[in-house]
Amino acid sequence: MNIASVLASKGVRVVTIGPDASIRQALSLLAEHNIGAVVVVDAVSRPVGILSERDIVRAASRDEGVFALKVATIMTRQVILGSPSDDLESVGSTMIERRIRHLPVVDAGKLVGIVSIGDIVKAQRDRYQGEVDTLQLQILGPDPPKGAPAR
Amino acid sequence: MAGPGTAAQPLRVAIVGAGPTGYYVAEHLFRQAELVVEIDMFDRLPTPYGLVRAGVAPDHQKIKSVTEAFDRIAATPGFRFFGGVELGKHLSVEDLRGHYHQIVYATGAQTDRRMGIPGEDLLGSHPATEFVAWYNGHPDYRDYQFDLTCERAAVVGVGNVAVDVARILCRSTEELAKTDIADYALEALATSRVREVVLLGRRGPAQAAFTNPEIKELGELADAEVATLPEEVELDPLSRAALERIPDRATQKKVEILASYAGRPASRKSRLLVVRFLVSPVELRGDTTGRLTSMRLVRNRLVATETGTLQPKPTDRFEELAVGLVFRSVGYRGVPLPGVPFHDAWGVILNDKGRVLDPDARKPLSGEYTAGWIKRGPTGVIGTNKPDAGETVACMAEDVAAGRTLTPSQPSAEAAEKLVRLRQPKFISYPDWLRLDELEVDRGRAAGQPRIKMTRVEEMLAALGR
Repeated sequence: MNIASVLASKGVRVVTIGPDASIRQALSLLAEHNIGAVVVVDAVSRPVGILSERDIVRAASRDEGVFALKVATIMTRQVILGSPSDDLESVGSTMIERRIRHLPVVDAGKLVGIVSIGDIVKAQRDRYQGEVDTLQLQILGPDPPKGAPAR
Repeated sequence: MAGPGTAAQPLRVAIVGAGPTGYYVAEHLFRQAELVVEIDMFDRLPTPYGLVRAGVAPDHQKIKSVTEAFDRIAATPGFRFFGGVELGKHLSVEDLRGHYHQIVYATGAQTDRRMGIPGEDLLGSHPATEFVAWYNGHPDYRDYQFDLTCERAAVVGVGNVAVDVARILCRSTEELAKTDIADYALEALATSRVREVVLLGRRGPAQAAFTNPEIKELGELADAEVATLPEEVELDPLSRAALERIPDRATQKKVEILASYAGRPASRKSRLLVVRFLVSPVELRGDTTGRLTSMRLVRNRLVATETGTLQPKPTDRFEELAVGLVFRSVGYRGVPLPGVPFHDAWGVILNDKGRVLDPDARKPLSGEYTAGWIKRGPTGVIGTNKPDAGETVACMAEDVAAGRTLTPSQPSAEAAEKLVRLRQPKFISYPDWLRLDELEVDRGRAAGQPRIKMTRVEEMLAALGR
């Protein structure tokens, strides 16, 4: 299973922000979309960093004027990028090992999506659940339909 | 204001596609305790079950037994099936909007990905999906011809479909005769002169998509020996490191099984199935008549991407393989539905957790949903579509509660049936199908087969006296 299958049902919308925007603007984006990170992109939409809740918390603990800072000053610049053809397991392990919760996905240099650790967990859960269900059905037979008497 | 979903006005749902996902959507909908639901399921084929009938290999009857669960779902009051009714041909999305509160597209991934190499369209080069549909008796493919007079065939890809194709080519007539393989396919395969089948994987054994039961089965064929090359099944340092990093028992086992095939002594079996790794076809070559004669392969090595995924990288080492038949099984993609937004690059309907999105505004379209392979791409086993359908149905229930449904002018079962009768009088109902099912099983019983499939639409209609 690859990352493309996770992205397909996520609406393909990635919330982005420019490096010169303020943390205040970034926070309102996070709140508005109910997300934990925004991808920072340059003028031609290439990812140049990622700004997560944690980056902001870390900065706020040092500087009470965090709201007015520019995104570029506190964002994480070393972004690990994924590709739609990357394996789900590899991406999941990399995110766990590197303690990354959001992974921007690029295809031919273009930002095409973002996967969160929650997306990975969900995809793996669905996969295992599907396998268990298939096996159970083969061993135990089907459940009776709603409203029908048990066999 | 009370929305649909009550006894007075049931929630009317159209499901397009009668594959596993369509049934799982129906099942989840019927389990919504607070909703009274009526479901009409449509399929372009007269018969239901999608790839369980037309995809799952005939020698895997155990997997096909999932249809019992589907029949239970179909027996729920409020469920109807309209087989032989095609969206875009007999009914339009507009028609559905006029008769249903919600529409679910569950049409799967009906076409294959191309390899994108020269010679791909030579005679003798086919998508694996066509061969699979052919041996499974799909009415649209029953008259296809496959030239089985060559000595060696190659199957590009190492997913379960690729393995199915290779295995069917290697089965003896006696083995196939016990299955529900289409009768014409059994006949054609009985005279097959293919003696060697080569499966080609672009990555290594640890990355192969096929599952362990499938690969184990290859070692137990009645009249075909299986082989791997020692240098290809020995793990490279990157794969070994990846397996240590993610100590997945199933992958370790897979590598062990494949390695055990490398040292098998020569046998007297009449066919040979070779599983190759770290090779990609770069060109198919043919003779002056346009018939495939050979393929050029490049050896690959594995490199790690930023996320640790091992991807193939071509080296400068090539080899030539004489083949008369090639089946490509390098991935599947959905087919766009007329009037439904489609994401061409990924071959899926653009969606957010199953809500179909307007391609420009990226906002959900009211009342339109998707599930299964056309929603997320072709991944997982049959059962994977159940949680996937559950996610879609959760969105549907949420939207009903919020009053976000279509507002059909004729939301009744009678009006919908009237429309179908007008556009496709020869539709097949679920009772019709159960009758056909019975007839097929009866015909098979005499021959010692699970069933003998009807493979022509006219034949099915005639059997029903229509």
